[in-house]
Amino acid sequence: MEAIEIIRSRTVVLAQANVDTDQIIPARFLTTTSRDGLGAHLFADHRFDAHGQPRADFVFNTAEAAGCQVLVAGHNFACGSSREHAPWALLDFGVRAVISTGIADIFRTNALRNGLLPVVVDDDFHKKLLASPGTEVEIDLRRGTVTLPDGAHAEFEIEPFARFCLLEGVDPLGYLLSKEPEIRHYEGERAWRP
Amino acid sequence: MTATDQRQSETGGPRTLFDKIWDRHVVVPETNMVPAVLYVDLHLIHEVTSPQAFDLLRQRQLPVRCPERCLATVDHSVPTSPASWQIRLADMDVAPRNQIRKLDANCGRSGIRLLGINHSRRGIVHVIGPELGATQPGMTVVCGDSHTTTHGAFGALAFGIGTTEVAHVLATQCLLQRRPKTLAVEMRGRLPEGVTAKDAVLAMIGRIGVDGGTGHVIEFRGEAVRAMSMDARMTLCNMAIEAGARAGMVAPDEVTFDYLAGRPMAPKGEEWEAAIERWRHLKGDPGATFDAQVSMDVSDLAPQVTWGTDPGMVAPVTGRVPESAGQAALEYMGFAPGEPIEGRRVDVVFIGSCTNSRLSDLRQAASILTGRKVAKGVRALVVPGSQETKRRAESEGLDRVFLEAGAEWHESGCSMCIAMNGDRAGGGQTVVSTSNRNFEGRQGSGARTILASPLTAAASAVAGAVADPRSFLDQKRRIA
Ligand code: SF4
Repeated sequence: MEAIEIIRSRTVVLAQANVDTDQIIPARFLTTTSRDGLGAHLFADHRFDAHGQPRADFVFNTAEAAGCQVLVAGHNFACGSSREHAPWALLDFGVRAVISTGIADIFRTNALRNGLLPVVVDDDFHKKLLASPGTEVEIDLRRGTVTLPDGAHAEFEIEPFARFCLLEGVDPLGYLLSKEPEIRHYEGERAWRP
Repeated sequence: MTATDQRQSETGGPRTLFDKIWDRHVVVPETNMVPAVLYVDLHLIHEVTSPQAFDLLRQRQLPVRCPERCLATVDHSVPTSPASWQIRLADMDVAPRNQIRKLDANCGRSGIRLLGINHSRRGIVHVIGPELGATQPGMTVVCGDSHTTTHGAFGALAFGIGTTEVAHVLATQCLLQRRPKTLAVEMRGRLPEGVTAKDAVLAMIGRIGVDGGTGHVIEFRGEAVRAMSMDARMTLCNMAIEAGARAGMVAPDEVTFDYLAGRPMAPKGEEWEAAIERWRHLKGDPGATFDAQVSMDVSDLAPQVTWGTDPGMVAPVTGRVPESAGQAALEYMGFAPGEPIEGRRVDVVFIGSCTNSRLSDLRQAASILTGRKVAKGVRALVVPGSQETKRRAESEGLDRVFLEAGAEWHESGCSMCIAMNGDRAGGGQTVVSTSNRNFEGRQGSGARTILASPLTAAASAVAGAVADPRSFLDQKRRIA
């Protein structure tokens, strides 16, 4: 995995709360056996109308959204299904970080495992971001800060081990595999009944 | 968990049910720097979230570590309609067909037991685990599926994971996990006639919100929960994820043991006796505390229905859409603020999904449909959760009740819960559904979902509009 330290980008804002993973990528696109190319279906039912034409009023279809790597989302972003296709689709589309006041548990883990930064900030800072779509932000993973052009900033926390893995470009599976002796020991010790 | 918490549970302070299961599965304790390495007893697998995980193992030349701890089936993308099965699924698309073939190959190669497309015990992954007795008290259970919370009904710690973590479990039988917080949800009193576990859990989500359980494992307790059947407890735990919770659980008791006795994968003979002995200890110690608590009296609860686009947008069936309801949800659903929900015209009724497709759910639906007809212009689908449930229902004659009422009787699978297998509703159609998610487009692009219990769904099928099932329950035809 590629190491991540700093992300600088303009923001795209999707203010609605409780945007679920079915919105991020509808289930009919989950028949794939690959993780590639899912960006084409990101927010499919919002980006395209029934005839497959782009909806001009959806934020991801606007000219300003092009090239934005940071999504500012409403509270409880990506609730619902555990589909890892959601972070895969966002990353494939070019989104590298999501900033919200709350991000659903399973999605947060999935995002971290794929190098998509789930950034949870306080309400006031979030309001500021919502009010200024397209603003340039700097997300500094090592320092755990999001900074706006006027110098205003917020702190965020990422689970320390996931943060370490992202900063160093390390795959956590390697760590789990290195615990094989402990796993064997556990299996030997435990009476094999639930 | 802080260092103090950890010491407390190690030094034998009072522990909750969750604490006991967690502690027993910690291979390497967590520190500030690293999460715990948590052992997984049962890994359930389905066709949609697993192919990329098997690929990852192949890329790294890793074997599946414990194939005997895995159980796989196909459910999400399998067509359920009798017409499809009559032509031996010839109408099935290439992509899902490929997905199913991949699972076949992956399981074959790694020695994982697969209840494949033609297997007699195939079904929705969260229905067959319990039905086979694979899900047992005290276990850790994971699956690449958020409704894995269902299995917590047995006093297991069960939660959904993403595909990368599916690969972690395949490779190491372990997961990296931070200890979640605990939330006690107490349901006081007894559910009234015509009101079910589905209504209770919808009411709970309405109360704590769709993120009310975030970061927490819910333990459902109280008189109403103790009085519930295993099917009902599974409905309850199934929907814990809709409140954002990591897991839902119910302490095992005689109801649990009776359910498991004699199941194909449950312990037998002396082992069974020993298992029950151990399982009896799986309950919170007196004085054990939770990080948060909610208490609700369910004794005068009304049947609940959703009016919006997430499961927290819920009201009594006799109620109205709130005046304060959000514009986007109202527009999508075609509701006006303050509009009564009962009487809303219905196009489709879906009775199925891992929330409500078990035998007692089907019996409840049948209790209302017996001798009645699905209203003209309404399409009603009844989709059993597994092939075994289907056979049992048929041996009781439930299929005839549904067919005579004018409903469709399908093969098992996820069906219209997820609309990626041929069963879907049309844009703008209103669906009363016993499934778990009323998200936009979940049951088909533009389809409008109203979540409800099997009783409410069946009553709505007959009325052709959202209906209160209590007015359909007469003394003679009631089925427990
Ligand atoms: S029935 Fe629905 S919620 Fe349950 S596993 Fe299938 S798709 Fe998921």
